[in-house]
Amino acid sequence: MSKVRVLVGTRKGAFILTSDGKRAKWDVDGPHFGGWEIYHVKGSPVDPNRLYVSQTSGWFGQIIQRSDDGGRTWFQPGTKPGEPTKTPEGMPMGESNKFVYDTSPGTGKPLTTHQWYDGSQHPWEFKRVWHLEPSLTDPDTIYAGVEDAALFRTTDGGQTWHELAELRGHGTGPKWAPGAGGMGLHTILLDAKNHDRIYTAISAAGVFRTDDAGRTWRPINRGLVSQQIPDPNAEVGHCVHRIAMHRSRPDVLFMQKHWDVMRSDNGGESWQEISGNLPTDFGFVIDVHAHEPETIYVVPIKSDSEHYPPDGKLRVYRSRTGGREWEALTKGLPQRNCYVDVLRDAMAVDSLDKCGVYFGTTGGQVYASADAGDTWAPIVRDLPGVLSVEVQVLP
Amino acid sequence: MIRVVLPYHLRTLAHVGGEVSLDIEGPVTQRSILDALEARYPMLSGTIRDHVTQQRRPFLRFFACGEDLSFELPDAPLPDTVASGKEPFLIIGAIAGG
Repeated sequence: MSKVRVLVGTRKGAFILTSDGKRAKWDVDGPHFGGWEIYHVKGSPVDPNRLYVSQTSGWFGQIIQRSDDGGRTWFQPGTKPGEPTKTPEGMPMGESNKFVYDTSPGTGKPLTTHQWYDGSQHPWEFKRVWHLEPSLTDPDTIYAGVEDAALFRTTDGGQTWHELAELRGHGTGPKWAPGAGGMGLHTILLDAKNHDRIYTAISAAGVFRTDDAGRTWRPINRGLVSQQIPDPNAEVGHCVHRIAMHRSRPDVLFMQKHWDVMRSDNGGESWQEISGNLPTDFGFVIDVHAHEPETIYVVPIKSDSEHYPPDGKLRVYRSRTGGREWEALTKGLPQRNCYVDVLRDAMAVDSLDKCGVYFGTTGGQVYASADAGDTWAPIVRDLPGVLSVEVQVLP
Repeated sequence: MIRVVLPYHLRTLAHVGGEVSLDIEGPVTQRSILDALEARYPMLSGTIRDHVTQQRRPFLRFFACGEDLSFELPDAPLPDTVASGKEPFLIIGAIAGG
């Protein structure tokens, strides 16, 4: 029987939750990296025991951790203790925690500033890695979305990281502005059919696409309307919270924007609102059923001023029609006095026949549904606030 | 032999239990201590000072001999008692408050 492994990043460490394919009884392992903020844990699709972790701290900065045995042991993939840290030519060897913006004349642009909260220009300052997206074909290649917003890549298993600087440098960078939570590149979608195409999403800038593996980028935000910004239809400046796709249909994208749930049927060239009958269209997460490309999930949150579910009821909403028509999924979820939030990277789906759906809350609960959302049960209730949830199905 | 005391999380990262002992050739300064520390424990690069600017991370302080040396110049000589190993060089994480 298949085994399911849920990778949870929290405010105070990482946790690994495992079960058999029934997904009824769970083992909880952790905390790994106790006391550190774990923004994201994700495994390679081609080598599921290869896990990468973004471990971060206001005191000590950014660390990348890697496991080659499914999370039993971890190491920083840079230079090992006792080995030379520099080549004979004096060049630095692997420093796995080194994320430095590219300002070289050849590949970078001046890349100096973005828009600050007060409208002035502000230098780019690396803060942390929000999201790690392993390559679909190579376990040593991973993309990292960082704050302040930029895209990095390693091709040596995390030893060294290099910026794909043309994203920041394509022209609109000076107009990007941080949201209240910072200016993070939080979503990276890799097109399984066209490996040169990558989508990224940034708060608060919008969605960007490359069709040549990162050499050139352009904003794809037509149809997004954000009443909070001076030009509601601006090319960039939209607070996109999350985008999702089904691997079989990489041209169809779903988006939870700050307000509004959206979809695109043409690779982001244009977007239409599909909020429909949702009780509120504010929220963070959005995901797609593993086997039904028109079945999508969101967790509506009351508002951007009140980051908790409407009416104190934690409800996942499911649309089986690709949006506009939504049903509340409540069985097993608290329907009174619940005031948690569900953050943008904290939902995942598994690939078992009966699709499993998972999400974590700022209250430290991780909920699982083994029947595509019809019923829910907590795997664990009292973790630190959950920042991210990923799931793997193992043979 | 220089003695360095790391905060808990950096001891965990470097897989060391207590004090770290370092041999340093030449003047004993903040910079030479951190250079030697990062050479021996590469996983600590960037955790104490910024990769690019080499500035001390804002929530860390350097103490020795009952003095806060955080704002001394990185190439200023440290007290003889640190250079001789009699006193440790302390890297301290700020208390979060609350």
